[in-house]
Amino acid sequence: MDWDIVIGIETHVQLTTKTKQFSGASTKYGNEPNSQACLVSMAYPGVLPVLNKESVSSAILFGLAIDAEIPPRSIFSRKNYFYPDLPKGYQISQFELPIVGRGKLSINIGGKSKDVRVLRAHLEEDAGKSTHGIIEGKSGIDLNRAGTPLLEIVTEPDLSSAEEAVAYAKKLHNLVQWIGICDGNMQEGSFRCDVNVSVKKKGSATLGTRREIKNLNSFRFIKQAVDYEVNWQIERLEDGGKIEQATILFNPESGETKSMRSKEEANDYRYFPDPDLLPLIVSDEDIAVIKKLMPELPEAMKARFEKDLGLSAYDSEGITSSRDVTQYFLKIVDLGADAKLAANWILGNLFSQLNNKGIDILDSPISPKNLSALINRIEDGTISNNAAKKVFEILWENTGKEVDLIIDQLGLKQISDSNEIDGIVEQVLKNNLMMVEEFKSGKEKAFNALIGQVMKASKGKANPAQVSSILKEKLSK
Amino acid sequence: MLNLSLKNISQALEKKKFTSVELTQFFLNRVKKHNPSLNAFITVDEDKSLAMAAKSDQLIQSGKKNVLTGIPIAQKDIFCASDWKTTCGSKMLENFISPYNSTVIQKFNDAGAVNLGKTNMDEFAMGSSNETSYFGPVKNPWNLDYVPGGSSGGSAAAVAARLAPAATGTDTGGSIRQPASLCGFTGLKPTYGLVSRYGMIAFASSLDQAGPMAISAEDCGLMLDVMTGHDSRDSTSINRKKENYTNSLDEKIDGLRVGVPKEFFGDGLSVDVQKVIEGALKQYEKLGAKIVDISLPNNHLAIPAYYVIAPAEASSNLSRYDGVRYGYRTKEYDDLMDMYFKTRQEGFGDEVKRRILIGTYVLSAGYFDAYYLKAQKIRRLIANDFKVAYEKCDVIMGPSAPSVAFKSGEKQEDPLAMYMQDIFTISTNLAGLPAMSIPAGFVDGLPVGLQLIGNHFDEAKILNAAHIYQINTDWHLRSPKGID
Repeated sequence: MDWDIVIGIETHVQLTTKTKQFSGASTKYGNEPNSQACLVSMAYPGVLPVLNKESVSSAILFGLAIDAEIPPRSIFSRKNYFYPDLPKGYQISQFELPIVGRGKLSINIGGKSKDVRVLRAHLEEDAGKSTHGIIEGKSGIDLNRAGTPLLEIVTEPDLSSAEEAVAYAKKLHNLVQWIGICDGNMQEGSFRCDVNVSVKKKGSATLGTRREIKNLNSFRFIKQAVDYEVNWQIERLEDGGKIEQATILFNPESGETKSMRSKEEANDYRYFPDPDLLPLIVSDEDIAVIKKLMPELPEAMKARFEKDLGLSAYDSEGITSSRDVTQYFLKIVDLGADAKLAANWILGNLFSQLNNKGIDILDSPISPKNLSALINRIEDGTISNNAAKKVFEILWENTGKEVDLIIDQLGLKQISDSNEIDGIVEQVLKNNLMMVEEFKSGKEKAFNALIGQVMKASKGKANPAQVSSILKEKLSK
Repeated sequence: MLNLSLKNISQALEKKKFTSVELTQFFLNRVKKHNPSLNAFITVDEDKSLAMAAKSDQLIQSGKKNVLTGIPIAQKDIFCASDWKTTCGSKMLENFISPYNSTVIQKFNDAGAVNLGKTNMDEFAMGSSNETSYFGPVKNPWNLDYVPGGSSGGSAAAVAARLAPAATGTDTGGSIRQPASLCGFTGLKPTYGLVSRYGMIAFASSLDQAGPMAISAEDCGLMLDVMTGHDSRDSTSINRKKENYTNSLDEKIDGLRVGVPKEFFGDGLSVDVQKVIEGALKQYEKLGAKIVDISLPNNHLAIPAYYVIAPAEASSNLSRYDGVRYGYRTKEYDDLMDMYFKTRQEGFGDEVKRRILIGTYVLSAGYFDAYYLKAQKIRRLIANDFKVAYEKCDVIMGPSAPSVAFKSGEKQEDPLAMYMQDIFTISTNLAGLPAMSIPAGFVDGLPVGLQLIGNHFDEAKILNAAHIYQINTDWHLRSPKGID
């Protein structure tokens, strides 16, 4: 039987505000446990929440970036449940009226663009962390993270494969960093996804029962977890079983998903408007002010690169896949390098090295200045593409040597003197009369073989374009 | 020192007739003598109070004196005060020492006032008789067999018995005015948002409001001058120009339109109390006021709406008392759930548990619309009733409580009868209006309070009306016998 896969994603994006959502405590990651637990973070008797305005601006900026409605009034509500790392016994969140309404984010799948509808995005605060094993026989509570601002972004169930889910997550991950509201650090939990998965018979209008995979903090885990979960659900249904609504966890070690709690065990969160906080009123003027902070967005930049710099759709998509990559690219272009060559080198050699070594482009051992110099040397004919690859390898070792010095030391300089090339070509033609005959009798292949001979004779240094044109000229005589 | 107004004490301190240390010691001695029978204070710390008094004396010596500098004030034990035990009347916080000052405490400290001690109260301010306190019931100084009212019962007994020149209270449904009525002194609940709630342990956040409890309207005005003001740490604190509450006390009240709601004089009001209130209204007419009949048609819905909204908020506000970070934790437990259950079972009293249960119920899926949302609609209707009424009058008057003080234990087993105590006070909390209770007479030797309700931010107006009444009567100056 054929099945449709239906996926919706809720993403918790940690906002890069200096202080917490409702207090002045620092949001820094990795400090001594409870060193950032102020009285509000610890929910002392009598303390009150005060909304962080920076997080409000961040949420609105995001809303504008996905072309969403920004309602004039939103409400903070309490989500009530007991847990040791939830100091107040409730989380302040937004329930009925979120700060960001409907919007959309488009993803690219197999060269095609698809709009993913965003249902809403709302502000809330993070919980603390329970730690086990630090104190023998006891659990510890670290409230440094308690109260950290989060923007929860919820999609409609518009995604229909693990690939689409990952594409959406990557796109969102890029966007929130692009507009500067999140550091995107997935290992530290700054960007985590809850993925709702269900399957239904192909073409059926009725949605299947969904299970929610909690807290996925890598794109690979999203792919693995969704694939596993989809197979699990399909197998179960094909065996005549039923899917029960549940919250599940993905175990990266085993690659399996496991039920955490069923619907019956689900909490009744007893949401109600938080009486300690007034409704949040956002005026058109507020929105206008925030709009001015909006950088050129990846989609717009992508279109501009295609139109103005002549990049292919594929290349411009790759170059705008992250703000850091775009900035690296723009630096190279600013230094005078050809845009198409720059895109090729970044998405080709540079990416493959960075990915192999697991290095972020910000930490690339090859600076934009060096890559730009290298590309300039290809463009002005000083070195060939093949020679450039050798220079690239040396640059990657980060020896501090300049591009031109490397070219000199390795003797990679291309022969572009047409007299010199002329001489070599003459010699090769003389030595390969058979090939010349073949070419003249119509065998096109012989031309490439002759070029190969010229390159060999020049030890690879002859400028291939010049070789080609000189050879053509001589053969046509 | 015993019966001086705050203004007179202030002048005496300025003229060095006595020092703050002497004054504070005088009241500490009275507390020592009478607290065993009244149980008005939970925490008294002579050393701390006297140290504050000594500091205030220095301020007075150096000429840096505010009106309240050097005056001892009893603080309801709901206000967090740095280095003081702050129990909120609960076993849950029996040993909780606050690491910080509430805004109210800070303001009194900044004014140079002396903290005389922390007064007893119903547990988490839930009660109308001060019998739900973990630290034992408070007695009414007029008759020790009777309750002082609640929840600010300790502050009430302290002021009535002159164990303190003045005290603070909080009023969520009548917790300043009803005890003021039952103990015969002046108490004021300000407009919601006028006094910061920061550091005031929350019962029902949308209703809680701190206010002064003192002998006279003038004293309350002086206290209010210190207590009010915008506070950026409380998002519901109102940002408006600070007013002076004593400048207009003496203004004439000729032509003041006094609205008398017919709903305040129906079933449930004791006949004797009604007579006292009618007498007070006649007095007002003599003083130049005009009585206007008004109606608050939804007043009968105030108690049901209140007992949905207040417990709903309380059930959430009290979730933080879980034994994890501070406060009481049960001694032995098997696991996390067991620790939660036992801690809250042992740490909270019956009335608190009752309200947590009610609140949890009304917020539950499937009941939310029928209870919580409906109660919020009623709340808007009640607020609208007042809005309409104030088109016809300047001040609304009526009884503060349906009866005089009742005997200890009398209503303890009947929560609904107890809840009726607040039938005339709750609607103003729901509407966020300022209101006060002033002594207006006696029934069988027990005090009766007249309630004055103002429109939003009309504190100065009701204080003025109360003051004019008080300079023409002496009910507020009477004090219980046998407490010397």
